[in-house]
Amino acid sequence: MLKLDEIQKRLLREVADLHTVPEGAYNIRSNSKSIGRQSSANIEITPKTEVSGLEVHIKPGTKNESVHIPVVMTESGLKELVYNDFYIGENSDVVIVAGCGIDNCGPKDSEHDGIHRFYVGKNAKVKYVEKHYGSGDGSGKRILNPGTEVYQEEGSSVEMEMVQIKGVDDTNRMTKAVLGAGAKLVVRERLMTHASQNAVSTYEVYLNGAGSSADVVSRSVARDNSYQKFDAKIIGNAPCSGHTECDSIIMDNGRILAVPGLEANDLDASLVHEAAIGKIAGEQIIKLMTLGLTEAEAEEQIINGFLS
Amino acid sequence: MLELKNVCFGVEADGNEKEIIRNVSFDIPDNEFVVITGPNGGGKSTVAKLIAGIEKPTSGKIIFNGEDITERSVTERAKKGIAYAFQNPVKFKGLCVFDLLKIAAGKEIKISDACDYLSAVGLCARDYINREINSSLSGGELKRIEIATVLARACFLSVFDEPEAGIDLWSFQNLIEAFRTMREKIENSSILIISHQERILEIADEIIVIKDGEIEKKGKRDDVLPSLIGTPEVLGTCRNNVPLKGEPAVC
Repeated sequence: MLKLDEIQKRLLREVADLHTVPEGAYNIRSNSKSIGRQSSANIEITPKTEVSGLEVHIKPGTKNESVHIPVVMTESGLKELVYNDFYIGENSDVVIVAGCGIDNCGPKDSEHDGIHRFYVGKNAKVKYVEKHYGSGDGSGKRILNPGTEVYQEEGSSVEMEMVQIKGVDDTNRMTKAVLGAGAKLVVRERLMTHASQNAVSTYEVYLNGAGSSADVVSRSVARDNSYQKFDAKIIGNAPCSGHTECDSIIMDNGRILAVPGLEANDLDASLVHEAAIGKIAGEQIIKLMTLGLTEAEAEEQIINGFLS
Repeated sequence: MLELKNVCFGVEADGNEKEIIRNVSFDIPDNEFVVITGPNGGGKSTVAKLIAGIEKPTSGKIIFNGEDITERSVTERAKKGIAYAFQNPVKFKGLCVFDLLKIAAGKEIKISDACDYLSAVGLCARDYINREINSSLSGGELKRIEIATVLARACFLSVFDEPEAGIDLWSFQNLIEAFRTMREKIENSSILIISHQERILEIADEIIVIKDGEIEKKGKRDDVLPSLIGTPEVLGTCRNNVPLKGEPAVC
């Protein structure tokens, strides 16, 4: 039976909502080593041989199953680069939960760079959840640089929930997706930065198949002296529809740069972008104060709701 | 319950002090239904904001249940039992109706409680409790949810700034019913409404007319209302829109 210490348990709760070892297929990576792995009848997880990482093969037609591959780091000064590849069989319907939690109590930087590639078969449906979390009072930074590549075949559907709410000092997220005919991609990113954190999130979505669609929406909050850049580009190479949206709240000395980009290379490509950045509306705070909350409590409620 | 003593309020405009409210004094006893009416731009909404603490008087005092609350914050006044419904309800991305009702009630509430508040304002709770309070809701829906938050607060004094604006005639009747129920449920509670609507004035115990920042008239409904009927200050029930200043009410 897999034994976890309290810090590992806390990080797993934060990044994967796991209170115990998950059911179904999983791999738990702690301090650069796999400390628990299980495949299921339909989902096979094997380690890569030439580089660090995993191959996850999901059989065609696999329905209502999940894969958990959380990563936790509790040793200061670790730096790792991991490649995880997912092969999702045709007509399957699965949930994949990734995520990384770093607890750094030491003076050295800890860094996890995870490159995830998804090969999504025809008519397959994937929900992907990735949460990032940092804790620990060391002077070493907590750094996460996720790279995500998604290749969607005809009629497939991918919903990605990317969440980074607390404690990650530096992050550079790059997401690329290539969609075939009738494929659908939905991204919901939620980000909060504080202290002197820096977060860059870049999307490149290629709508190559007729009838493909993408909806990339980011909601973020930048507090204290933190900085964010949201750079989302949708390229329509076929009759398709794409929408990108950045909705942000700035507080204190927080700064945000939103760079929505659209490129239409087909007459029937319909692409839309929206971006809004601003502080919390004063009237929202006053409304909640008239309901009995203090100003600080009102702000907290507004932020929690906005990022929920 | 509430007393305003010589309250004045001014703002700075183009380097000059502009007086919005001049020497306004009145009191609202326990268990009273008071309506403030008067022409647009006369200062009615400012009085409501001064009571809720959103604006602070330049001079004068506001006494609530015997305590001077003039310097108290919006939060402190809310905790002491003053509820305030905005004229233009505020939208919140991410907060749903149930969240707002829970905050308003100040405690964990059951879905059935939320349903009661929403039913009282003529909304079918099932369709609304999980709705985000954003632009997908119509003006009338937002207005009713705003009133529901005040019902959920169950305060000694509830102030409504033009609660009828944007509400159709069907729910208008419900609204009046909601005010009645509120008064029955909370012992000795009082309601203060800013309104132009004749039908709301008709159920008032007392009417205060504010014009050009001053109290023009105040007294029992039967003494004040007859002189207002047919003036631009008061609208018949057939009109939902506020007329332009000086425009006669049309029925």
